[in-house]
Amino acid sequence: MTDDSAGGRPPGAAPSPRGALMRRRARSVGGTLLSLALTLLGLLLVTFIIGRVMPIDPVLKVVGDRATQAQYDAAYRAMGLDRPLIVQFLGYVGDVLRGDFGRSISTGQPVAQDIARVFPATFELATLGTLIGVLIGVPLGVIAAARKGGVIDQIARVVALVGYSMPIFWLGLMGLLVFYGILGWVGGPGRQGIIYDGMVPNVTGMILVDSALARDWPAFRDAFSHIILPASLLGYYSLAYISRMTRSFMLEQLSAEYITTARVKGLSENAVIWRHAFRNIAIPLVTVIALSFGSLLEGSVLTEIIFSWPGLGSYITRGLLSGDMNAVLGGTVVVGVCFVVLNLLSDILYRFLDPRSK
Amino acid sequence: MTIRISSRALLLASALALAPAAHAETPADTLVVAHTIDDIISLDPAQSFEFSGNDVNNNTYDRLVDFDPLDPDAGFQPSLATSWEVAEDGLSITFTLRDDVTFHSGNPLRAEDAAWSLQRAVKLDKTPAFILTQFGFTPDNVEEMITFEGNTLTLRLDQPYAQSFVLNCLTANIASVVDKETVMANEQDGDLGNAWLSTNEAGSGAYVLAAWRPNEQVQLTAYEEYWQGAPEMKRVIVRNVAESSAQRLLLEQGDIDVARNMTPTDVQSISAVEGVKILDEPRGRILYMGLNQKDELLSNPAVIEAMKHLVDYEGITSSFLQGQFVTHQSFLPLGYLGVLEETPWTYDVEKARQILADAGIEGGTITTRVRDLREYIDVAQTLQASMAEAGLTLNIEQMTGAQVLDAYRAREVPIFLGEWGPDYSDPNTNAATFAYNPDNSDEANAVGLLAWRNAYEVPAEMNEATVAATLEQDTEARAEMYREIQRRYQAEAPIVPLFQRIEQVGLRENVQNWYSGGAVTSVIYRQVTKGE
Amino acid sequence: MSAVSRRDWLLSDAPQTRRQARLGAIYQGWLTFRANKLAMLGLIILILLIGMAILAPWISPYSPYSQNLANRLQPPSAANWLGTDALGRDILSRLIHGSRITLFIVGTVALIAPIIGLFIGTVAGFAGGWVDQVLMRITDIFLAFPKLILALAFVAALGPSIGNAVLALALTAWPPYARLARAETLTIRNADFIAAARLQGASRLRLLIRHIWPLCVSSLIVRVALDMAGIILSAAGLGFLGLGAQPPLPEWGAMISDGRAYILDFWWVAAMPGLAIFTVSMAFNLLGDGLRDVLDPKGDKS
Repeated sequence: MTDDSAGGRPPGAAPSPRGALMRRRARSVGGTLLSLALTLLGLLLVTFIIGRVMPIDPVLKVVGDRATQAQYDAAYRAMGLDRPLIVQFLGYVGDVLRGDFGRSISTGQPVAQDIARVFPATFELATLGTLIGVLIGVPLGVIAAARKGGVIDQIARVVALVGYSMPIFWLGLMGLLVFYGILGWVGGPGRQGIIYDGMVPNVTGMILVDSALARDWPAFRDAFSHIILPASLLGYYSLAYISRMTRSFMLEQLSAEYITTARVKGLSENAVIWRHAFRNIAIPLVTVIALSFGSLLEGSVLTEIIFSWPGLGSYITRGLLSGDMNAVLGGTVVVGVCFVVLNLLSDILYRFLDPRSK
Repeated sequence: MTIRISSRALLLASALALAPAAHAETPADTLVVAHTIDDIISLDPAQSFEFSGNDVNNNTYDRLVDFDPLDPDAGFQPSLATSWEVAEDGLSITFTLRDDVTFHSGNPLRAEDAAWSLQRAVKLDKTPAFILTQFGFTPDNVEEMITFEGNTLTLRLDQPYAQSFVLNCLTANIASVVDKETVMANEQDGDLGNAWLSTNEAGSGAYVLAAWRPNEQVQLTAYEEYWQGAPEMKRVIVRNVAESSAQRLLLEQGDIDVARNMTPTDVQSISAVEGVKILDEPRGRILYMGLNQKDELLSNPAVIEAMKHLVDYEGITSSFLQGQFVTHQSFLPLGYLGVLEETPWTYDVEKARQILADAGIEGGTITTRVRDLREYIDVAQTLQASMAEAGLTLNIEQMTGAQVLDAYRAREVPIFLGEWGPDYSDPNTNAATFAYNPDNSDEANAVGLLAWRNAYEVPAEMNEATVAATLEQDTEARAEMYREIQRRYQAEAPIVPLFQRIEQVGLRENVQNWYSGGAVTSVIYRQVTKGE
Repeated sequence: MSAVSRRDWLLSDAPQTRRQARLGAIYQGWLTFRANKLAMLGLIILILLIGMAILAPWISPYSPYSQNLANRLQPPSAANWLGTDALGRDILSRLIHGSRITLFIVGTVALIAPIIGLFIGTVAGFAGGWVDQVLMRITDIFLAFPKLILALAFVAALGPSIGNAVLALALTAWPPYARLARAETLTIRNADFIAAARLQGASRLRLLIRHIWPLCVSSLIVRVALDMAGIILSAAGLGFLGLGAQPPLPEWGAMISDGRAYILDFWWVAAMPGLAIFTVSMAFNLLGDGLRDVLDPKGDKS
């Protein structure tokens, strides 16, 4: 995956394993659903086990530094940690199926409520990031392929290479330093200026949307000035990936016979590129974009940390480091569901767009 | 740092509509504070034991006695209680309560509420309960020990404790008076309203809790019916801003009024900025070094003595901890009764080397765990370097606070570097944990005591002296008793107090009367004003 | 043998021995690789890096650990080319010594992860049936997990240290290799030469080790080369979060994290290690591109 970060470079034209996973799954919807459900359950189990072997004591987090042994023991029982592991796990899965994710020990609030707060923040950021990646990455890739070896192609190549090589947390820090600290062009860390905090009625949890709905344009401008830098950063990484993939898909198409035929028929080069070749890469491109969106959704942990973005990635990380397993499990379920939904969506799109699969 | 924006940049910025909407300052009746508040777990006064939770409760609740934010050195003052009387035998104290106070719910505040609040805290027996139970209250006897009649409340004690000791404990967050009717209306499964109060508030304080979004912000609004008069700041917003640099930029640009967690370098830079002032306030936290006596090397008296000379007190407080910590080598912080200001140790590698050589110690390796906070890691690294000069190897593993604490409570941290914050405003709070450990065996499991965590077998006389000091009625004699304990402690204890925390608060020039809580309490907002 | 004839021997159309054929192929590859200027640049940077790592104690101007609190946070100067950090340590010396840590992490992860992946992928592909189902389901689970969070969890569970960071990265990096190896295995499982070997009575284990593994290796190498930069960035991310190398080790990600608190006034403390990470991962990317052109001519020649 092309997580912030971390994942680094997507493997050229070789289909990424997750993409392969999606295509492999394009075979039958029933089987797909079953195996995705199994994956989700496995994901939960792994997270659960990790939580139990972690040398971080959730009870201590609850009772604090000065607790006596008796107070500690009472909390231990109250949290149900004295039950056998398998009972705890099954109990948890049962609760989740009923929509109860339990209570977070670090916020003291129901995990579902926490996630309803942090997920829109991540969703908003990832959406804007992907949008930037697609709007710039796709045309860049197409032009790079059409004028292979030309100036644009070289630029696209450098842009992608730099993107694959740059530690995102460092670029984020430097971006904050320059654009916020020195130039003052953008808002600082966080989603909003403090003055606007809590001023816009919460409808979707996405501040850009909410402030637009409320027609509160100063709040909108403020939220935009905060999101633009982290979103551009994520957008840059998704751009690097999307432009590379677009280029290689296009090259494949442009060398196909029907393109030669079209050219021979005297179609303009623009028509050849956009109306013929580009239309044919739409399907694999959708998969690529979905993948890239998915990886941003999973929480770009480092970006969120650098920009104090109260999103899913930092929520899971914080939970992990404080032994707040309900938070981690809940977050993981959401990530898993995103993965499943994106898989299904791209499957459906695939069927819908690709006449051969009918 | 000055922010230079060229005219071209300005043009560009406005063209792109990226410039943050210009607001030179925050609204005149609103106080905006940047702070790290991600430690809040519960806002129930019977349970809250974290700094930020207490910061909230100190403003939403009142106690029988409280500090005057404009004169904190005067000590505890009448608050909900107008006066109190100690019985002849010293075994009970009777408080007379005000009758003109109403809770935020509109209910009148009665002696019954006050008594019930204390009983509730004892019955719930959450972590801070020891602050009350140390006077002999138990869940079983508390209804007889704490009683009310009319507008008076009586505490019966199991020993004739020093009056200052009892009253200091009543300034603690756990002694906050909650609205019995409102809380009991929200009780679930016999929890005395614990779940509800964790995220809500039922007090009589100057501020009403308007909103709390974990890890994001707390909003308070003024309580217009407050018995001491409505506060001038009608809204207080505390925003979680983890990064010092971000706090600094926000303060510079006037987006906030108060920045509470700036690093020394940021404080230094911003103090030159016009419109910003820095307020230094000594807090109660002591940064100390605990040498675990289970470790063979560290239990050698020569090593203990040498370690005291391997800390570069001067270098540390004049570089990366500059302005945020002062050297302080005794366990009672400045601002406490009985503080000892003598600093017997200096950084002297040569001397340390000599002490080790005389004791025939040739090298040694220690692997310890340090919480992943910049300050602690930096202190650990300087210690590592100076220990290396003296022939000792220190390996550092950095971990989250929870992990280190876990190991510390299991007596598994060889060299602990971290802070201890007093739990209440009486010297016993630190004496009873640094210099008191009646049973040093593993089975005793006295996880709350620092001495036990470091496996320090406190001498019997010191244990006794610590207990005796809580019973001394004469305040000056009491202070001297604590100084004596600390001198002895400095001479032999393997737990080495190093520095005391100074909070450097960054304020906009117009903010007046800010009080972070000093060494003894938490932040108080009601006296804060904003001038022109 | 003169140089010219050696070249001819290597490029011979009709190699006499297996060894000649193999060497010839490698030489062909080298010629292709050498023509790629950027790839050569990457190679040169990496050779310099390795040289720097080996010679670290001799070429670094100061000890990476010696502190001088009086000389902290100094800007780049003649005495400290890249300035000093918050404890007055020379940043250049720390970067030079840090290259050892970076190389160690990348090298070890790049060795462990593909081996785990190769093993799991080939066993799954070769055995088929329920073994395949189970192994691939496990692979899916690991793929569905956000990678950095998984690594974080592993390190948090095992305790922070370089060794555990390597292990965590390897444990999160193997699934793509497993998929790749399985796909390769499926294409050759039913090949004639496998059937022939089987008829000769080769055991399944022998088939796996002698016939399947060697054929999967080259595509894995390409993947590894392309993933190296990603591994560096992940390792730096862990270091940045304090879960990698422990103080006072000069791990580059941890150095950025150290410099973060000083970024507004003392930018170089965080900027220098960031540039170092960027340079090295760029070099790996360039090298990876070049290697792919050589080893996997079917792939995208970008």
